Amino acid sequence: MAEKVLMKGNEAVAEAAIRAGCRLYFAYPITPQSELIEYMARMMPKANGVFVQAESEIAAINMVYGAAGCGRRAMTSSSSPGIALKQEGISYLAGANLPAVIVNVQRGGPGLGDIQPAQGDYFQATRGGGNGDYYTIALAPSTVQEFADMAALAFDLADKYRNPVIILADGLLGQMMEPVEFQPAKTEAELKVLDNQHLDWCCCPNEDEPNHHHHEINSLEIDPVVLEQHVIKLGEKYDKITANEQRWEDYNINADNEILVVAFGTASRICKSAVDELNDAGHNVGLVRPITVWPYPYDAVYKAVGPKVKKVVVFELNLGQMVQDVKIAVNGKVPVEFMGKVGGILFSTDEVKAKIEECLKEAK
Amino acid sequence: MQVIATRPNTLTDLNFTYCPGCLHGVAHRLIAEAIDELGMRNQMMGVAPVGCSVFAYKFFNFDMQEAAHGRAPALATGMKRARPDMHVFTYQGDGDLAAIGTAEIVHAANRGEHFSVFFVNNAIYGMTGGQMAPTTLPDMKTTTSPYGRDVDDIGYPIRVCELLNTLQAPFFIERVSLLSPADIMKAKKAVTKALTYNKEERGFTFIEFISTCPTNWGLDAIESRDWAREKMLPFFKIQNFRDNGKEEA
Repeated sequence: MAEKVLMKGNEAVAEAAIRAGCRLYFAYPITPQSELIEYMARMMPKANGVFVQAESEIAAINMVYGAAGCGRRAMTSSSSPGIALKQEGISYLAGANLPAVIVNVQRGGPGLGDIQPAQGDYFQATRGGGNGDYYTIALAPSTVQEFADMAALAFDLADKYRNPVIILADGLLGQMMEPVEFQPAKTEAELKVLDNQHLDWCCCPNEDEPNHHHHEINSLEIDPVVLEQHVIKLGEKYDKITANEQRWEDYNINADNEILVVAFGTASRICKSAVDELNDAGHNVGLVRPITVWPYPYDAVYKAVGPKVKKVVVFELNLGQMVQDVKIAVNGKVPVEFMGKVGGILFSTDEVKAKIEECLKEAK
Repeated sequence: MQVIATRPNTLTDLNFTYCPGCLHGVAHRLIAEAIDELGMRNQMMGVAPVGCSVFAYKFFNFDMQEAAHGRAPALATGMKRARPDMHVFTYQGDGDLAAIGTAEIVHAANRGEHFSVFFVNNAIYGMTGGQMAPTTLPDMKTTTSPYGRDVDDIGYPIRVCELLNTLQAPFFIERVSLLSPADIMKAKKAVTKALTYNKEERGFTFIEFISTCPTNWGLDAIESRDWAREKMLPFFKIQNFRDNGKEEA
């Protein structure tokens, strides 16, 4: 087993991305993700990779587009207001079927908001975020280890589906230090395989006369009949991703659950502590933690609503965004309640416990 | 029989979609000829802009990427950094490069990115129907400056070559014209020079073409040529602003 190191989430995901074969990173500084860009500035040159501090978030995501169009593993990262700026590029990446990884270390919003952890970008991450009909795969880590592990997963999914992937973390996961165990770095031979995996469509040299190729990296289809087919094809891809890539964690899910909690990311950590304490006190509370927030694990949430569950309670660090997906999943089977914290403030374990206890009481 | 003129290999077989009298086709051809002559085609890739030349990705016969409006230099940065073994250029109009893409062009030039930028300035937005561009001349009427460009209200046209020439990193900056056969021959020389420096990995190279827009200027091709000579050339001077390769020679 590899050695565990104590690292901030921002640095751990950067190290893991390099190990996963990312050799092109373009970004712009913003709190609370700056350790990520700083780590890349230090470490990319040592990995013979490219680090460019772009003039803007918009330029950074478009540099990613250019590099991804050359078939290479490219990444950018930012925090909420910066991710909003990147939405133009993310929509173009999706439209052009380009693989890329975008890390969002979320902070409080809207607008400048603050620099504390929040989950206010859930809608943006799970509903496309930019213009047009598209989805990005959105992975929501809840520990520094998972944050780091998601780098390789994000690149693998991006390459597999030729689609942008968002890692939807937050300021707590970015700033907090936890022990991390890294996957081994890709070998030279593995890197070479990665570099050559997209040669059938990407921008690349054209030595093979007369079979000279002409690859176009493009999201423009001026003929509506052609665009219709293009978007239908994108839709089929999203269906495939939805069928194959739902990920979630069941936590104390059993047939005797009285209450089901649903939470993702940092909120789920606090909820797990509350669930543990309640179960130690003789209650039976289960928790589902969506890991992919798109594609959303609707079936998993529905199945977790056991025969004795009286209520589902959703906890989020926003005004109530994922709760809409939970309601779709539960489909009226039992009432769905919500508790949120905004402004970059976390709820305490006791606050979560109190809310669940209130639901338990009402359910009796 | 001897072939004395042919289509450059660097252009695909597609017919250009440009309006009659438009000079984009001439600019495309100059670039394509130079790429052929320098033997760069197999290692070449380019970026098309948003604007009239949006379909440039279909016309150049190597791998191309289509950028969002103004972002071509950012794409080209990612492409060149990803494939340092290949040669990259962007092709952009005045709205794309000098308005919505101002940050991207200034910073790509300032980093001294190793690619070429071909900038076509015809003082108007063509594709969207003749609106005011950052290079629209004072008092010039467009659909969004219907009473003429009021410089007290909206400022003066931007001279991009002069602006970029304040930066230290660019290797080659030249403004050329497409308004006469003699000008076109000179433009070809400048394009060849820029692409030679590109091939030699010397640094950032920039060419501005002074061009026309008969459709949106409401003039025919000959009148457009004359109007551009009379009105544009005094404001946008044809000259080489920088040739760092010349200093070395």
